[in-house]
Amino acid sequence: MISLAGRDILHHWAKYVFTGVGLGLLIGVTLSMAGIYRGMVDDAQVLLRSSGADIWAVQQETLGPYAEPSNLRDDAYRAILGIPGVAEASNVTYLTMQIRQGERDVRVMAVGFEPGRPGEPPFLVAGRRIARSHYEVVADVRTGFRLGERVRIRRHEYEVVGLTRRMVSSSGDPMVFLPLKDAQEAQFLKDNDAIVNERARTASNPALNRPGVPGLLDAILASQTASRSVNAVLVRVASGHEAEQVAENIRRWKHLEAYTRAQMEEILVAKLIETSARQIATFLVILAIVSAAIVSFIIYTMTLGKLRELAVLKLIGTPNRTIAAMILQQSLGLGLIGFVIGKTVATLWAPYFPKYVLLLPGDAVRGLAATIVVCAIASLLAIRVALKVDPATAIGG
Amino acid sequence: MDVPAIEVRGLSKRYGEGEAGVDALKGVDMRIAPGEVVGLIGPSGSGKSTLLKCLGAVIEPTGGYMALGGRTVFDGGWKIRDLRSLRRDNIGFVFQAPYLIPFLDVTDNVALLPMLAGKSNREARRQAAELLEALDVGHRAKAAPSELSGGEQQRVAIARALVNRPPVVLADEPTAPLDSERALNVMRILNRMAEQYRTAIIVVTHDEKIIPTFRRLYRIRDGRTFEEAGEGRAT
Repeated sequence: MISLAGRDILHHWAKYVFTGVGLGLLIGVTLSMAGIYRGMVDDAQVLLRSSGADIWAVQQETLGPYAEPSNLRDDAYRAILGIPGVAEASNVTYLTMQIRQGERDVRVMAVGFEPGRPGEPPFLVAGRRIARSHYEVVADVRTGFRLGERVRIRRHEYEVVGLTRRMVSSSGDPMVFLPLKDAQEAQFLKDNDAIVNERARTASNPALNRPGVPGLLDAILASQTASRSVNAVLVRVASGHEAEQVAENIRRWKHLEAYTRAQMEEILVAKLIETSARQIATFLVILAIVSAAIVSFIIYTMTLGKLRELAVLKLIGTPNRTIAAMILQQSLGLGLIGFVIGKTVATLWAPYFPKYVLLLPGDAVRGLAATIVVCAIASLLAIRVALKVDPATAIGG
Repeated sequence: MDVPAIEVRGLSKRYGEGEAGVDALKGVDMRIAPGEVVGLIGPSGSGKSTLLKCLGAVIEPTGGYMALGGRTVFDGGWKIRDLRSLRRDNIGFVFQAPYLIPFLDVTDNVALLPMLAGKSNREARRQAAELLEALDVGHRAKAAPSELSGGEQQRVAIARALVNRPPVVLADEPTAPLDSERALNVMRILNRMAEQYRTAIIVVTHDEKIIPTFRRLYRIRDGRTFEEAGEGRAT
């Protein structure tokens, strides 16, 4: 049997190709939106994996350093090290900030870490690890920083000594790793004017500046300018111990909040990017409806354009199922053209998105299935019209 | 006379109900032998198209009797459930305009019917090619309908009507858009095909040029048919 749908598509190929391109761009946007969501989830997982931690110990009643501000004393890690099952514990700070690079500002997440301990970037793609105690940074390549470049963070200039990749915050900002002390200073140290003002206020307070107590004022001033806070303590669990059990001990005995990796992933994926996910899902539904409307409109108008031919086909004995199959195949053909174009453009333009776009084969398969279903539904109206055509209209009178 | 290709007795058709109803056919009688070409003429509104639709099993008559090749298809009601197959296998149609399927080439426009009847693509195309050759359009077999002249399109439409070797072909004003020479040529072809394939052909026409070519005519007036002898002038 001749493929009536195939012949009709070939006959109106220009209309099909141009409609397919339009539909394809819509499908491309749809696949990209799904890819953006996948990228956000993947970024979150990479962020957790690359930290090398099994447990995040944070300020009580907070959700941890990625979701909420958390403030701990920087000696809390010593107490945690004493808990059975803790192999390593290290302080980290996280601060989202703007760094000036020449004429442009780069938004980054500055991570303070202790070299050789959890929190360190797991691998470099160029340069070396931080070897000095101060004024060196390792940056993600997406910052655009180059090896040897000097960047200013708060009061000091830092040299970029190493580059890493795929190290971004949960909001997609590239990370810059710097020594913990420098990071603490950048995050907690007041500016010079504020320090001078604070010193004057302290010195004028007779309770803190007693004439008979030499050294008291100096000790108070020193404590005011010291940066003794961190955002979290990353804990690595010794083999043979359950992370949940160790986390429970930290909660119970150290009066801190402790999250295992699974719990932190839940916070990042289910809580932090939940609104974005809902936003994307809403957008996907709208795109699906728009795609269905376009396919439906095109197939419907094409069917209206051949009512006479349909009447002739019915008059000469073409079964309804053949006519319905023709319209369904045309609709599916349009969807397949659109999907191929959409998948191609989504793959081509994915690297140009500012955020990571992860196009999973599974999503492509689901997208194809959705396209087929949408096109099948979109053809129903046209099929209904075609089946209602009266064969008598082929005969005049 | 042989078993008639088509026999109609007291066929009636009423549109609407009650006093508002209109009797389009009021008892039509026809009997046409295989291989015969008859004309059906009448003024506008006389019931020609209604009769053609009833004969083509497209609309249901209100009453009467109709048989195709001796087989009763209507006797107060349809005696055959699958009217689509009945049309496909027993009735060919030629329209005023050729109404070829624009996205099929000439061969496939003709071969579509045998394919619908279950023939293989190869056999259907062979049948189509044979008929197209007989109608002198074999050389345009791969052309699209839009590439054909009006006369060529009408010959392809005739091939489509005949390809399943139906006992009856209904032709609705097949020469209307053609000049005298082409109109007479179409009639020549219809007569030749009717004789060759033993097909009864009913030609509905207003065309004064071709009326003298019929040996027998049915004139329809106010829903009734009146048989007349035609001139039967050679085409």
